[in-house]
Amino acid sequence: METEKQSEVTEADLIPVYIMGKRYMVPPTLTIMKAMEYAGYKLVRGCGCRGGFCGACATAYRILGDPKLYFGLACQTVVQPNMYLAQIPFFPAQRATYDITKLEPTATTLFSIYPEVLRCLGCGACTKACPQEIDVRAYMAAGMKGDIATMADLSFDCIMCGLCAVRCPAEEAQYNIAILARRLYGRYLAPRSKHLEERLEEIEAGEFDVALAELKRLSREELVARYRARDIEPTEGPREEED
Amino acid sequence: MSGYPPEMQESIRLVEATRLRRLKETFPTMSLEEREQVLNAFHPDYIKEKMRAIRVGVSKGQRMPVELADIVEGRPHIGPDFDLSEPFAETDVLVIGGGGAGASAALLAQENGAKVILVTKLRFGDANTMMAQGGIQAADRPNDSPAIHYLDVMGGGHFTNVPELVEALVMDAPFVIKWLEDLGMMFDKEPDGTMVERHGGGTSRMRMHSARDYSGAEIMRTLRDEVRNREEDITVIEFSPAVELVLDDKGQIAGAVVMNLETGVYSYIKAKAVILATGGGGRLHYQGFPTTNHYGATADGVVMAYRVGAPLGYLESMQYHPTGAAFPEQIVGLLVTEKVRGLGAQPVNKYGEQFVYPLEPRDVEAAAFIRECKERGNGIITPTGQPGVWLDSPMIEIIQGPGTIKKNLPAMVRQFGRFGIDITQEPMLVYPTLHYQNGGVRLRADGSTEIPGLFIAGEVSGGVHGHNRLMGNSLLEITVFGRRSGRSAAAYAQQVKPGKPTLAHIEAWNRELEEAGVDTGVISPILLPDYTRRV
Repeated sequence: METEKQSEVTEADLIPVYIMGKRYMVPPTLTIMKAMEYAGYKLVRGCGCRGGFCGACATAYRILGDPKLYFGLACQTVVQPNMYLAQIPFFPAQRATYDITKLEPTATTLFSIYPEVLRCLGCGACTKACPQEIDVRAYMAAGMKGDIATMADLSFDCIMCGLCAVRCPAEEAQYNIAILARRLYGRYLAPRSKHLEERLEEIEAGEFDVALAELKRLSREELVARYRARDIEPTEGPREEED
Repeated sequence: MSGYPPEMQESIRLVEATRLRRLKETFPTMSLEEREQVLNAFHPDYIKEKMRAIRVGVSKGQRMPVELADIVEGRPHIGPDFDLSEPFAETDVLVIGGGGAGASAALLAQENGAKVILVTKLRFGDANTMMAQGGIQAADRPNDSPAIHYLDVMGGGHFTNVPELVEALVMDAPFVIKWLEDLGMMFDKEPDGTMVERHGGGTSRMRMHSARDYSGAEIMRTLRDEVRNREEDITVIEFSPAVELVLDDKGQIAGAVVMNLETGVYSYIKAKAVILATGGGGRLHYQGFPTTNHYGATADGVVMAYRVGAPLGYLESMQYHPTGAAFPEQIVGLLVTEKVRGLGAQPVNKYGEQFVYPLEPRDVEAAAFIRECKERGNGIITPTGQPGVWLDSPMIEIIQGPGTIKKNLPAMVRQFGRFGIDITQEPMLVYPTLHYQNGGVRLRADGSTEIPGLFIAGEVSGGVHGHNRLMGNSLLEITVFGRRSGRSAAAYAQQVKPGKPTLAHIEAWNRELEEAGVDTGVISPILLPDYTRRV
């Protein structure tokens, strides 16, 4: 296999790490996640996309002799000698249920669904813990002012790993509050698209039915000819091709 | 300080030495014959000994990667005598899979009156949906139409797509955008509400909607949040992958056996309808390729559906993206967007020389990278033995002006920057990566399959994309067919007359394997790849 392969290293290159207090010797180039696998763990908890997008592998660690507590994603953080590791694959966080169609995008909504927003101490422990480098304190401050648009904007890159909530002395679950703000913004505050509404009306009126029916009937040769004859909308930027 | 080891830096010096000369050089595009040649010799799909036909079941003869064939022909986790008499839970609709397709399906099934259980292998939302960056297609601008979208999809798929499925995809697309927006998804928009839309490979109109470079994550977390808000009707059970579908004595679906990943306990969930939304199989690492896929992508749905008799299709073609990261080790296989080449970066070998036109079709480009490394020995080998070629990103700033990379490729800058590599100053090492399963279980336009009560949605299905999917049509597919299958499954569950659950199909399957002399030695679905070190 060309991937996920373990580094070819000699004994002398290995460094000690402590997985939940137990010592293992691992290659120094590995991420925390791959070091755990090198040590023999077949991960079930604490492993998701392995690419820094899903937030499954929140990890807290200390380095021997350094009093500071560090945080990171196991799939994105490289091991260091004498690292003491603890994954936090699950954390009990408060989450309200609500009907998004029956809300108003106001401060009152935010405060009634999550009254604890107003308990934020502004200490910034959340910001320090965020592996996405989001200024969690800043979006919570916006939330305290009822500024839903700013809260939505500043929290946008959140992967909901929960490390902010783990650290919060005011017992907030910031990431759950933030997604409420983003959904309120997306549904109620973002400007609506006129061209989208018009297209929906056109489809519902059956305006494309004939064209589609005709395309479906075409022989492969006719379809290829139509495809080749397409005019391509000019673009200023480069074309993208992924996902 | 460079994040590259000294031996790789030596090669980078050569790349730098040729850069100014290369700026003026355009590598010729391949003729159709040359394309055919390089594909035949080096594209993974064309390597005959790495593909084989399956020897049992309703789609006997279907060719697919050997790694997939081995698990499709595997033995079930449980025997035919597994006790179904006391189900662990009962529901109208059982959704298997907690990605974007499963979440969409659960919501629509619930809206149409069904009680729903959603089981998922890992956490709800640990899925390829979460990792999709680029966007979602929908023909909603005045100069565009579903008909034009249809043509683009068919052409992209080499005209092998199922027309009815493509019609469903393009006609539902604008409704899906509206649905997501109503759920509170934040699309990129102009101040007046006009959607920001761009081109994707193979599109003739700009119709790629996005949410910064977190398009899939924004869809996934919005759908997930909405599912959680409907907890009275939708029960989510995490860390419980399905391992076997259950039929009744009339041949209708009757639920599934799931495994608690933490305790190893198997239990039966009885259901009137099942929606399979288990995604693809990148973690099977066909031919040893790294993958862009999430940890749980092991083709479980194809295995389970096939065992109860659902036909497969299009599995002879997998999508390999030419530019997966090949260094550093920590991000091997992750996607490097095609936009990098679009902005002017050339692929070059270890001597700093071009060897392929930068924007050949995706399969051709990938094959040329493999040829450069495997046949010509001109690749760069990393300390962990991973081959790759350089993607000369610093060219972009020379061609387009300083600051272009930071403005256009912020996610890439962050991704490599974490490991001490400044892509504005140093090239990226890339190699093809396993990206998408074009085929799968054959799908009908209403989300149903040949098996009564079994519905499917997303990457597990086959037919929508033919033999090649375009960018932005997978986020679309999971929502379009997730919704369709959810709606259909709820309607089906209301009228079906369930029979007696049985695992007779396992007996028949095992017998067929024995009669055909097939023993791959695999218990499937395999559920997770094994990356633990062999000592």
